[in-house]
Amino acid sequence: MDFLNALVALSNFVIIPAIAYGSQLALGALGVTLIYGILRFSNFAHGDTMAFGAMLAVLITWLFQSMGIGFGPLPTALLALPFAILGTMALLLFTDRLVYRFYREQKAKPVILVIVSMGVMFIMNGLVRFIIGPNDQRFSDGERFIISVREFKAMTGLKEGLAIKTTQGITVVVAIICVALLFWFLNRTRTGKSMRAYSDNEDLALLSGINPERVVMYTWLIVAALATTAGVLYGLDKSFKPFVYFQLLLPIFASAIVGGLGSPLGAIAGGFVIAFSEVTITYAWKKVLKYMLPENLEPSSLVQLLSTDYKFAVSFVILIVVLLFKPTGLFKGKSV
Amino acid sequence: MSETMKNTALFGWVFAMIVLTGIMQSWNVALLILNMGLISAIMALGVNLQWGFAGLFNVGVMGFVALGGLAVVLTSAAPVDGAWSAGGWRIVIALLAGAGTIVGTVMVRQRMATGRARNITTIAILVVGFILYRAILDPGVNAVEAINPALQGNLGGLNLPVLMAWPIGGLLAAGVAWLIGKTALGLRSDYLAIATLGIAEIIIAVMKNEDWLARGVKNVVGLDRPVPYEIDLQNTSSFVNRAEGLGLDPATASSLFVKLNYSILFAVVLVIIFVMAQLALKSPWGRMMRAIRDNEVAAEAMGKDVTNRHLQIFVLGSAVCGIAGAMMTTLDGQLTPGTYNPLRYTFLIWVMVIVGGSGNNLGAVLGGFLIWFLWVQVEPMGLWLMELITAGMADDSGLRKHLIDSAAHMRLLTMGVILLLVLRFSPRGLIPEK
Repeated sequence: MDFLNALVALSNFVIIPAIAYGSQLALGALGVTLIYGILRFSNFAHGDTMAFGAMLAVLITWLFQSMGIGFGPLPTALLALPFAILGTMALLLFTDRLVYRFYREQKAKPVILVIVSMGVMFIMNGLVRFIIGPNDQRFSDGERFIISVREFKAMTGLKEGLAIKTTQGITVVVAIICVALLFWFLNRTRTGKSMRAYSDNEDLALLSGINPERVVMYTWLIVAALATTAGVLYGLDKSFKPFVYFQLLLPIFASAIVGGLGSPLGAIAGGFVIAFSEVTITYAWKKVLKYMLPENLEPSSLVQLLSTDYKFAVSFVILIVVLLFKPTGLFKGKSV
Repeated sequence: MSETMKNTALFGWVFAMIVLTGIMQSWNVALLILNMGLISAIMALGVNLQWGFAGLFNVGVMGFVALGGLAVVLTSAAPVDGAWSAGGWRIVIALLAGAGTIVGTVMVRQRMATGRARNITTIAILVVGFILYRAILDPGVNAVEAINPALQGNLGGLNLPVLMAWPIGGLLAAGVAWLIGKTALGLRSDYLAIATLGIAEIIIAVMKNEDWLARGVKNVVGLDRPVPYEIDLQNTSSFVNRAEGLGLDPATASSLFVKLNYSILFAVVLVIIFVMAQLALKSPWGRMMRAIRDNEVAAEAMGKDVTNRHLQIFVLGSAVCGIAGAMMTTLDGQLTPGTYNPLRYTFLIWVMVIVGGSGNNLGAVLGGFLIWFLWVQVEPMGLWLMELITAGMADDSGLRKHLIDSAAHMRLLTMGVILLLVLRFSPRGLIPEK
């Protein structure tokens, strides 16, 4: 019984939140890794792209709510998501046409593109703050829990409760659908294959008649969809605050690099590695250990390895360790 | 138009704008812009050393600036009574134990042969070291933080004059930069960027959380200052008489006088660092740096030690940022770790360097003044613009209210637009590298 209680406590506080967070990071990291693979630079504006997409979703959700359109037990934001993706796609294509294409034609060094993306980051950040303001916005509605603590306790008779938030369930389901679609697209369709070819060897791809502008356009479209989805899921799960998305840049990049920049599979693995380490290292283990250890060994402190504010440190240390031992990441990434 | 003329005109134009601010808004605002402009110029010189001279992509400027600020508290604040005897030494021992663990791990990994035995030893040392470190540290931290927590609860400083904190801030930043450079400088440019971004966040996290060090988010206020206090000046009859002789009321005169004193101090530091940076750029060392930047492989083939030169300039540039950070905290008179934000303290400095002209010290200084001026003045300009746009709307219109409220966020947008415009139409900056 104690073992089951420990397991439930562990799932409730570590496993389930980490899976949800990991899915969000994985979606974000997929965007970063695709841009790196095709356009060959680290996009510093990615966090703010997520914020922009999520902001559109928030605004459309409010519009739907005011019109009385709902999605039953599911959050209205899911209905708003496709429209938000379209808006973000328009913004990214516009940015590419106006900003990035010039440097692509010049064959500028990747580091110049990184600095350019810094400028885009400023603009997007300013735009989001300008439109919706810098404050917290709540936009989740519908049922809050799939299983609440009380229901779970009544169902199983255990002392520990397990709660699964609707947003956590949705995050995982939506993430799985997105990833499945993405891999189907990359592996089965002509455009997807040409994208992979372009990423693997630009010269050979050009030689075999692949239109680079088309590849780039599709990349931005996919990145817009991924970034918006990741942003909306994160916003539903926590809450929408522009600055938080900017700060997500670090764990997202850590995920992409740990997995191997340019490798989609690596981005997903990296997302979960980072999420699980962040949550386990900053979780206070007292509750779980209380069930697992005999009474006289019960810990007196919280058994928290690091305070939650050090979660950036965790992603960073993992990043450094992986880079020192496997410079191209867990799944063979590329290096420019 | 010759180059000197053009540069003089650019600088003259920026200073004319600041003077215009003084005439149109107030001299207080103008001096505030000038003071922060001087500090920004120093930060930009630091980033220019790393990026302009050596091509190192450091986006962790915020961390070094914050370390400089920390140095001010650790140097100039008065030591807290009883903190050292209560737990201060314990904390020091714990930190040494932590450092020992890391050194031990590195040594084990260097000395022992690869294999399972090495991995097990590594993990064992790390786990035991961490438990030992926390066991020594935690009681010490609790004891220190229990001392008068409303006002103190930290170790305090060395009670040295506050001007000493500036070089010490540089040294502190340099020390940390050395540690970081040792681990991260081998990485490719993208990876180095992410690594430095992460380190800056970690430094801020440490400063926010370790209350025993500098009170964390509870802030340290009332730091010493190297210039007289306004209230003392207002009570000095000779100062009041002289102010009245100039036709100023004593309150305004004292605040202007204090700010001018800061300006002079900052200008002295800026000139010293600028001259040093100029000499470095024109020396064989500076030419070697640029050679490494332009072609690492060729420089290495010529027998230049690229890794060590990179480490050297990374440490130097970070030290300059640390000095500027210490100066800024001195100017503010308080250390507030919660206010450090990478957009303001890292990326804005980058905008200064790129807009001014990377690789050119004069350009970095110009960028520092210009971008800081815009950063401050875009807000009132945006407000004015919004009022102009919304003039035709009804007073109670929701859109009008929203637009006017959002004017404050115009500055990020403007900085992005300026950066992109400069990168597109004048990629080498306003004063390009020679």
